[in-house]
Amino acid sequence: MSNETNWTSGLRESATFDRNTMAEIRRAAETGIYDIRGFGAKRKLPHFDDLLFLGASMSRYPLEGYREKCNTSVTLGTRFAKKPVVLDIPVTIAGMSFGALSANAKEALGRGASIAGTSTTTGDGGMTPEERGQSKTLVYQYLPSRYGMNPDDLRKADAIEVVLGQGAKPGGGGMLLGQKITDRVAQMRNLPKGIDQRSACRHPDWTGPDDLAIKILELREITDWQVPIYIKVGATRTYYDVKLAVKAGADVIVVDGMQGGTAATQDVFIEHVGIPTLAAIPQAVQALQEMGMHRKVQLIVSGGIRNGADVAKCMALGADAVAIGTAALIALGCNHPKYDEEFRKIGSAAGFYDDYQEGKDPAGISTQDPELSQRLDPVEGGRKLANYLRVLTLEAQTLARACGKNDLRNLEPEDLVALTVESAAMARVPLAGTQWIPGQGF
Amino acid sequence: MKSIDLAVAEVRELNQALHDQASECLEREWEVLNPKGQHNLAVGIDQNLSVEVRGHAGYFCAGMNKKAHITVHGNAGQGVAENMMSGTVRIKGDASQAAGATAQGGLLVIEGNAGARCGISMKGVDIVVKGSVGHMSCFMGQSGRLVVCGDAGEALGDSLYEVRIYVKGEVKSLGADCIAKEMRPEHLEELAELLNRAGIDEDPAQFKRYGSARQLYNFKVDNVSAY
Ligand SMILES: Cc1cc2nc3c(=O)[nH]c(=O)nc-3n(C[C@H](O)[C@H](O)[C@H](O)COP(=O)(O)O)c2cc1C
Repeated sequence: MSNETNWTSGLRESATFDRNTMAEIRRAAETGIYDIRGFGAKRKLPHFDDLLFLGASMSRYPLEGYREKCNTSVTLGTRFAKKPVVLDIPVTIAGMSFGALSANAKEALGRGASIAGTSTTTGDGGMTPEERGQSKTLVYQYLPSRYGMNPDDLRKADAIEVVLGQGAKPGGGGMLLGQKITDRVAQMRNLPKGIDQRSACRHPDWTGPDDLAIKILELREITDWQVPIYIKVGATRTYYDVKLAVKAGADVIVVDGMQGGTAATQDVFIEHVGIPTLAAIPQAVQALQEMGMHRKVQLIVSGGIRNGADVAKCMALGADAVAIGTAALIALGCNHPKYDEEFRKIGSAAGFYDDYQEGKDPAGISTQDPELSQRLDPVEGGRKLANYLRVLTLEAQTLARACGKNDLRNLEPEDLVALTVESAAMARVPLAGTQWIPGQGF
Repeated sequence: MKSIDLAVAEVRELNQALHDQASECLEREWEVLNPKGQHNLAVGIDQNLSVEVRGHAGYFCAGMNKKAHITVHGNAGQGVAENMMSGTVRIKGDASQAAGATAQGGLLVIEGNAGARCGISMKGVDIVVKGSVGHMSCFMGQSGRLVVCGDAGEALGDSLYEVRIYVKGEVKSLGADCIAKEMRPEHLEELAELLNRAGIDEDPAQFKRYGSARQLYNFKVDNVSAY
């Protein structure tokens, strides 16, 4: 029976036990193991689409599209580093590991980012020469697992990102299943080939913010105070985490909301831990403002950023820059419809594919299979990513000019209104057409 | 020998002076006076230097060391020789927790005792402890060797990968997937060589060997209680 006939004959699907829920119960009953997958949260959440810009009219005047400049460049790490990171655009590429992604994908990310004038970031598993070679500005992640961590690479980095957590799994460690552990990945991580690799969820040699302050000093000492040190947290108790990160000595804070992508995590974790990106930004900004550090310690926001409107909204709420993961992979060809038939052969479909952990990605991105990886041409991929980054920037500029701003960072919460009560409360901007910010009185 | 007195100089000056030797080595022998438990002493060295720290060191002493031979004539704080790549680090006194964490090469000798999580996530280093080690030592240890001449605390070698652990004294308990293993001639030989390199006079035949049962290498439903 088709869906249509189900409906007309009065059959009713349960909202509680919907088809996805039933399928998951059957899957759990068959396998006895929780679902592990990639991608970010798939449920509907309050998000940037729930915000709108108030363009200029009588009380504000706009800037002319082609003639009047709207600056997009941003400098990150001005607090302590001798060499802060200077980017042409405020959209950076988030940390994604070699291992989770193919070497070609990492190279393509480096190429695209360099053409567009922004940074890329390593990930769990260390720095590859392809990536360093192709990335003009490369941020080196310092993760709990310390897979592939070595002082030579640390000294080659343009910035260091101490990862405490990710939005997709705050409080959880990483996972790289055996099928992706090729000789090269195994060798970089110093583990046997083919085993399921768990990355620790806590750093091995420090606990708590006071220890972290000493750890940051160690990293600064090793790199002679040259490069900025970022701290990345998954969005949960963001207000407190940001305060502690500033106190621990961060130059830059990266806040990753619950929509943020991952290479492999339990589905229950992705969907049920953390707070939406929208809710995290005002908390982070409030913490920075209270410490007199807003704009002095820069804020990078990630988790579900897809277009220039999302970028502009993040910045209006007070971010200095954003980071993208999933969207960058889609720009390279992840989930591309041209591979639909092949996606179906592995039990998925183009647009639905999230089994990054399996390493069978027909698009050649989240795989270590040499044949599949060949499908992604790093030069072509880099060109597409650069195009996409340019579109994000142009879109954000368009919105900023419409609000009369000659710099993306001059966008402000006052330029925004919310469509729903939830988003108004989270983003702390008024419900459209009212003066009302829930939780802040009239 | 070049002497840096931390009663007057900053840790920054010490580390910069040691780093400056990486490109052109003008001085091989170094001495650090009045360390007084300061953190991050002699971190990130990338040269075949000899560094004598005359007193106690705080956190992360000799962190990420490459090639240098560093001796602490006192106790060392948390994370001594963390992520060391090569060279030797010797602690004359005791070491706090996470000694040799994630270290990938070289030799770490602790002449006293080591605290909890000694050798956590170690990735190729050799660690020889003359005294005892605390709980969760060698947690998630990936490769390299850990030798303990005294006793080991609870949950030794929990979630172990390929590290070989040798303990002479008592092991309070073994962690998940860590088991006692047979001492074969090649192990006696390997242990004798390690003890010799560490300059510790012990009889290899008195030690027991522990390693991974490799049951948790790939997820199996039947092991669910161990996860
Ligand atoms: C394939 C993949 C691999 C990732 N690997 C890492 C990693 O190694 N370290 C890390 O901190 N975050 C990792 N992330 C998370 C990203 O850095 C980033 O936080 C997230 O992708 C941002 O959300 P978005 O995907 O919605 O843009 C990964 C994400 C993806 C999609």
